[in-house]
Amino acid sequence: MAEEEREKQKRFRYRINVCCSSSCISLGALKVLKSFERAVKELGLEDQCKVARTGCPGTCSAGPVVLIEPGDYFYEGVTPESAREIVEEHVIRGIPLKRFLYSVPEFFSKQKRLVLRNAGKMDPLDIREYISRGGYAALVKCLTKMSEDDVINEVFKSGLRGRGGAGFQTGQKWKFVSKAAGSPKYIIGNLDEGDPGVFANRTLAEADPHAIIEGMIIASYALKAEKGYLYTRAEYPLAIETLKKAIQQAKSLGLLGEKILGTDLNFDLELRLGAGAFIAGEETAILASIEGMRAMPRPRPPYPASSGLWGKPTLIQNVETLANIPLIVLNGGEWFSKIGVPHCPGTKCFSLTGKIKNPGLIEVPMGITLKEVVFEIGGGVPDGRRFKAVLVGGPSGGCLPESQLHLPIDYESLTKAGAIMGSGGIVVLDDESCMVDTAKFFIDFCVDESCGKCTPCRVGLVKVRKILERIGHAKGVEKDIDLLAKVGEYIKEASLCGLGQTAPNPVLTTIRYFKEEYMAHILDKKCPTGRCDMGAEGS
Amino acid sequence: MTGNEKTVESTHTGSDILIREKLVAKLEKLMEEHDYDRSALLEVLQKAQEIFGYLDRKILILIAERLHVAPSQVYGAATFYNFFRLRKPGEHIITPCMGTACYVKGAGEILVAIERELGVERGKSTPDGRVTLFITRCIGACAMAPNVIVDDEVIGKATKEGVLERIKKFAGGEN
Repeated sequence: MAEEEREKQKRFRYRINVCCSSSCISLGALKVLKSFERAVKELGLEDQCKVARTGCPGTCSAGPVVLIEPGDYFYEGVTPESAREIVEEHVIRGIPLKRFLYSVPEFFSKQKRLVLRNAGKMDPLDIREYISRGGYAALVKCLTKMSEDDVINEVFKSGLRGRGGAGFQTGQKWKFVSKAAGSPKYIIGNLDEGDPGVFANRTLAEADPHAIIEGMIIASYALKAEKGYLYTRAEYPLAIETLKKAIQQAKSLGLLGEKILGTDLNFDLELRLGAGAFIAGEETAILASIEGMRAMPRPRPPYPASSGLWGKPTLIQNVETLANIPLIVLNGGEWFSKIGVPHCPGTKCFSLTGKIKNPGLIEVPMGITLKEVVFEIGGGVPDGRRFKAVLVGGPSGGCLPESQLHLPIDYESLTKAGAIMGSGGIVVLDDESCMVDTAKFFIDFCVDESCGKCTPCRVGLVKVRKILERIGHAKGVEKDIDLLAKVGEYIKEASLCGLGQTAPNPVLTTIRYFKEEYMAHILDKKCPTGRCDMGAEGS
Repeated sequence: MTGNEKTVESTHTGSDILIREKLVAKLEKLMEEHDYDRSALLEVLQKAQEIFGYLDRKILILIAERLHVAPSQVYGAATFYNFFRLRKPGEHIITPCMGTACYVKGAGEILVAIERELGVERGKSTPDGRVTLFITRCIGACAMAPNVIVDDEVIGKATKEGVLERIKKFAGGEN
């Protein structure tokens, strides 16, 4: 089938990929798609030109984006009116239309796209296109040439670590689940991307749902788990729609359900929707949510690997981790372990946002420096402003100043600097941002999203917010800074789950790197940036 | 998913009761598909909100009965997750995104401007009940920040002026 589809694709001289991700649709991408289809039809080019509806190539702020192959010509800001002109020039006369060409090639300069291998180049709603690009070949390899242990060993050898943020060895986790007593076993694909400012999982699901599904089927084979749940956010309607269709198509080709591809493997995959709770992405909270309760974490151990969903052994993996699995099976763990850095192999997707020239979704080898990401790929700070800080790791990440930009991106370096890898959010702040107000914004968010189960997080974060408000209202005193640091450390040490254990990070890092700004608020009763106008509600 | 067009008024004319029964039957069907299993609670609440526009007390109690869950647990779940609404929203819903990227790009100021224009705080409806202001914590369109959702439409790279203009249209009685 892959051959047949490849033959079909080969017939076309050109392939026009119109990005129809959430962002581009909000900019009118569907109209652009229609006008390309119409232009190709009217110009009689249907035999040589394939117009495809694809997911996001990552350049979200330049939408609507159109990618023409061969040659990867990126057109940005395409309007329905310009579609015909682009077809006439590019396809008929063979000369790319400069006026619309994407102006920042450096955006792709240092990227390595493994997880996003198909993003922007494939119709996510057509399983045949995924298959023609090598999709499901890894599953076939597992079913025909590998034992369950072979698969687990390859994953172990690859050194892949969980991409949801904690960075636990994936192969180790698979070994735990595989050895755990109890049945049935479950697999949960975690697509509860609750971190504000992060959209890698959403983009992946909208652009390449089958990469996630294939990863889950391979896990089901390796761990003899017959039931899986893909847990995603209700705030992602297009991702939900895309995943639903992809699951249906996989079922209709016998890749999901009973007797997969004629073997003894059964795997039933169900989509479950969260309902807006940041905490639901935490691995024990997700269990409670799927069981139909409030998403509240519970103490570990027992770990979900031995006692998860309904007390049974459960593998919980972020969908970005899962999308790596087919590549590891196809190319071998050895191959994967050589990408990135030895203790942290592979790539990581980052959502690049804030005060940055080229916002979007990138995928880079682990070990790349923050400087390369912010200044080379992201193009630095726009509008002639100065770089001030970069927030890494979402609302419970850390604010790092320019002096820390030499850091390589891996779990350990970021943690040492006071940030976290988290789910890969990088938000750039320029000199207009007030750090005290920024810290308060994140604490506000964590207060809102704390589930309230454990006291350090529930009470401690409110205390921290009160102190920050006091400082913002020009009523701060010098010892407030020590108090913030102390309470922050207590919350980190004593909280039950990752939310509380990391929530103080923005406060602790802004104190660590921008203490003078706190002092200005406290001693001079003045905000150096003039942004938080001392006492006005900024957020 | 505002469900506005299908929102049920609490008046009790015969036709309203009929409509409500039909809508309840829709919800019933979903619960049946899940074998009335309690783990389907979130799905059922989501469907109920889609059908009725919000979750009123009667519906919560009905769901509790059908799934054999204590009403307190159903209420607990409905109040825990941000997505659920326990009060009837207005015909128009405005939801500025207050995610990190939107905040950095000035979403806070947009929110304050909307609150001033409407004279209501987040989570509340205007006195005439026509417009409701919610906030959301990230819709994943961060490269287009700041985002404001007006009814079901996402406005990317939103400006204070643009959003206020949209709101003034509602105030002028246009739909």
